[in-house]
Amino acid sequence: MMRLGLGERRRISCTVNGVARSGFAEGRTLLSDFLRHELNLYGTHVGCEHGVCGACTVILDSRLARSCGTLAMQADGAEITTIEGLGDSDREPALREAFSRHGALQCGFCTAGVLLSVKHFLQHNPKPSDGEIRDMLSGHLCRCTGYEGMVRAIAEVAEGQP
Amino acid sequence: MVESVKNWLGQAVPRFEDEALMTGNARFIDDLSPVPGIRHVAILRSPYAHAEIRSIDLAPARELAGVIGAVSGQELMAGLEPLASAVRAPMNYFPMAADKVRYVGEPVALVAAEDRYLAEDAIEAIEVDYEPLGAVVDPIAGQQADAALLHEAVGSNLVHQRTFRYGEPEAAFEAAEHIVRLNWRYPRQSSTPMETYGAIAQFEAAPDRYTIWSNFQGPFILQPLMVRALKIPGNHLRLISAPHSGGSFGIKQGLYPYLVLLAAASRHFGCPLKWIEDRLEHLSASSAAAARADGIEAAFDGNGMLTGLRFANCVDVGAYVRAPEPASVYRMQAASNGSYQVRHIAIENRLVVTNKTPIGLNRGYGGPQFYFGLERAMEVAARRLDLDPAEIRRRNFLPASAFPYDAPGGAVYDAGDYGKGLDMALELTDYPELRARRAAAKAEGRLFGIGLAAGVEPSGSNMAYVTLALTPEERAKAGGRSGGLAAASVSIDPSGSVTVHTDSTPAGQGHATVAAQVAADRLGLEPRDIQVITAIDTQSTAWSLASGNYSNRFAAIEVGAIAESADRIGHKLRRIAGEMLEVAAEDIELAGGRAHVTGAPEQGIALARVAAASHWHPAGLPDDLEPGLDDTTMLSPAVLGAPDEGDRVASAVTFGFLCDLTAVEIDRDTGRIRIDTYVSVHDVGRVLNPIIVEGQIRGGFAHGFGAAMFEDLAYDEAGNFLSGSFADYLCPTAPDLPEVKIGHYETASPQNPLGSKGMGDGSSMLAPAAIANAVADALERDDIELPLTLDRVWRMANELGEGE
Ligand code: FES
Ligand code: FES
Repeated sequence: MMRLGLGERRRISCTVNGVARSGFAEGRTLLSDFLRHELNLYGTHVGCEHGVCGACTVILDSRLARSCGTLAMQADGAEITTIEGLGDSDREPALREAFSRHGALQCGFCTAGVLLSVKHFLQHNPKPSDGEIRDMLSGHLCRCTGYEGMVRAIAEVAEGQP
Repeated sequence: MVESVKNWLGQAVPRFEDEALMTGNARFIDDLSPVPGIRHVAILRSPYAHAEIRSIDLAPARELAGVIGAVSGQELMAGLEPLASAVRAPMNYFPMAADKVRYVGEPVALVAAEDRYLAEDAIEAIEVDYEPLGAVVDPIAGQQADAALLHEAVGSNLVHQRTFRYGEPEAAFEAAEHIVRLNWRYPRQSSTPMETYGAIAQFEAAPDRYTIWSNFQGPFILQPLMVRALKIPGNHLRLISAPHSGGSFGIKQGLYPYLVLLAAASRHFGCPLKWIEDRLEHLSASSAAAARADGIEAAFDGNGMLTGLRFANCVDVGAYVRAPEPASVYRMQAASNGSYQVRHIAIENRLVVTNKTPIGLNRGYGGPQFYFGLERAMEVAARRLDLDPAEIRRRNFLPASAFPYDAPGGAVYDAGDYGKGLDMALELTDYPELRARRAAAKAEGRLFGIGLAAGVEPSGSNMAYVTLALTPEERAKAGGRSGGLAAASVSIDPSGSVTVHTDSTPAGQGHATVAAQVAADRLGLEPRDIQVITAIDTQSTAWSLASGNYSNRFAAIEVGAIAESADRIGHKLRRIAGEMLEVAAEDIELAGGRAHVTGAPEQGIALARVAAASHWHPAGLPDDLEPGLDDTTMLSPAVLGAPDEGDRVASAVTFGFLCDLTAVEIDRDTGRIRIDTYVSVHDVGRVLNPIIVEGQIRGGFAHGFGAAMFEDLAYDEAGNFLSGSFADYLCPTAPDLPEVKIGHYETASPQNPLGSKGMGDGSSMLAPAAIANAVADALERDDIELPLTLDRVWRMANELGEGE
């Protein structure tokens, strides 16, 4: 096992949104800070830094992770998807369009985390009920929208799936 | 005015803001590095509610590697003036405590370091010797003679008291057949935007000036206050808003003391500084909606007509009166008849300082507390007088023929038809059937209740209403105050594209989209061709005291300013095009990106060419036409006059109406409240964009629902703060929220050329009262307090007291 003293940094290499990236982190550096301030991927947001609000959600090796509750060290060698990596594949454009049409976002601060959760959720539960969608969203705090637009948009996109 | 071919206003145009937000391309304050060499700040805060600071030892922090410096409040505040407010009692409010702390979380020292981690290490190394003092947590107990004093120079914790009289309230109460009295408490809450406060401050010397990037939302009436605290000319404090702000709901108003703090610290350390508030800091020490210990009395005649009102408002203001407080208790005063005809009103406002974070703007600002009193009293009266709660309101509503209506407190209600709103709510709930279900449930011994609340939504504030805190004589001495200025600019560049600037600093309300809709209609363009800048830069955009994002001012006032500038630009384009096409300007129509002769679309010319002419060939313009296409409007609605000698003031420009009707059933075994039905009906004037309007209504409801059910910034008896995380301060999640049916109807406002009214506070103001009314009806008792937690409701449902 490798030991780092206080203030010592180590190079972390990972694949982010399909691209090999690397940067430096201390032992205590949070993945959220590493993504934002070391890799300049500012689309990941921090709303509470204590694991409740879900704003910082990313996909880490095919699992959902709260990047504020994950150390950068834990992501060494991992594959990470952030909001910047949600592009033109699958149903992502449809999801964005539906979010917009249904007013599923206002300030958009919570939205990155929500969209990553939705991507992961629909992969595992392609035909969810409204109740299941609401349960999934319970991992995210949104203070702007009252969630209704999100539920409608997600249901609509899931509905439209083959 | 030329009618556009296509009317973009009113259409569900998806927001132009969304794409950047959904691809990670929108920039918020913590994403910015506008200048090189930024260092990071951590703030050491008081762990005590009330204590003298005996000494602070900064040396251990300064010695740590990576630390630029550490500074105490005593040292840093010595160079500043206190931050002023409309309450004149001798309380010195500084952004950081110098010799005494008055709430848990009050800043006492500040560290700058190479990164935030190191800065946080360093504040932990600072040693502070405190002498704890007795704490004041209750605004009633805080007024007693033996209470600890927060501000010795005031000699009392009661720092402000004024009484008001509109009409003949004494006579109304003397003649009353029924008087309803209600005393109630309202808890502290917070709108908790998902993005916390953040700022980057840069000091530059010779001459001394400060530039601050932040997610401050205004009102910019606070800019002159900051200037005074920093002792500099106004143009030496440049405030720049971040391109995006992650929600606010008013609370980012409370950021301004930190801007002063960071400015002073940047000067002290000689480097630009960045501070991003963490969630604990936000919950414990940013701002809060006012807790209240109020009483209300309502006089009725034998027919259930409300003839008089007496409000005894007691505001738990926190440790300092931070401007624009005491505005929260004065915001509703001019409209203190709510939606009713009552003309005789007495008001007493008391402000009590307590050992808690200072209060400030939060969604609804004073509205939730006001309606909790008024609408609970109406509900109690309905039961006492054996009237249906809908019927008692209908009888008392202002009739549709009353508008514009001069309210007793001076508000001028622009337009409305309240009976129609109530009818719609009754229809959407199938009210007779709902009452039948209630009767059946009650017959079975189930705890089922119906609750109603109705009210007006003041929008677009008069900057002067807060001066009701001064006596008419004091006001006269202080000089005139009135108005609510909005600034907007419309320009067309040499290649013919249009840019709109607003002074509205939105935090997710879609102002850019609506501004583009407004301008597009008037210039015959597509909204997406128009670039809208909503961020303020006080050095390069037009702004004034009222600038900012609060009190629903965008759809009430700002849209009018955009329309006015767009119309002037449109007029100029028609003059130029008329010259080119050799017809009169009046015969030119702007549509589809072209200027053409009315009735002959083929005789036209691209708008871009017309615009280009004003830049490239000014000599060819009609003689009396100035070159260029750049127009700024600054307007203040005429209705927003100064308060008069009788303390009457037109406090806002537009008055929307809303009516919430709900039915709940309480599980006696668990105390759980099931929302059986929730209907919310709104008159927001002309709807400018239905996606945005619905989003505001649903979001406002979520805030009101959270406030009713579980939100509480709790303190214990010693003033310790108990709600420091989102696991303690509970906000509604998706499964918590019930289905809400929304009803819309429109009475157009005459206060702006578009007919829209401000909106956005919405049910955040009424849901607490409506749900409390339903719970009161289910439990058949009057002593309902918020939040309606499982524990509290279970106790009430089983007739148990606290602690049993
Ligand atoms: S920021 Fe990670 S859960 Fe809130
Ligand atoms: S859109 Fe603002 S918090 Fe969700």
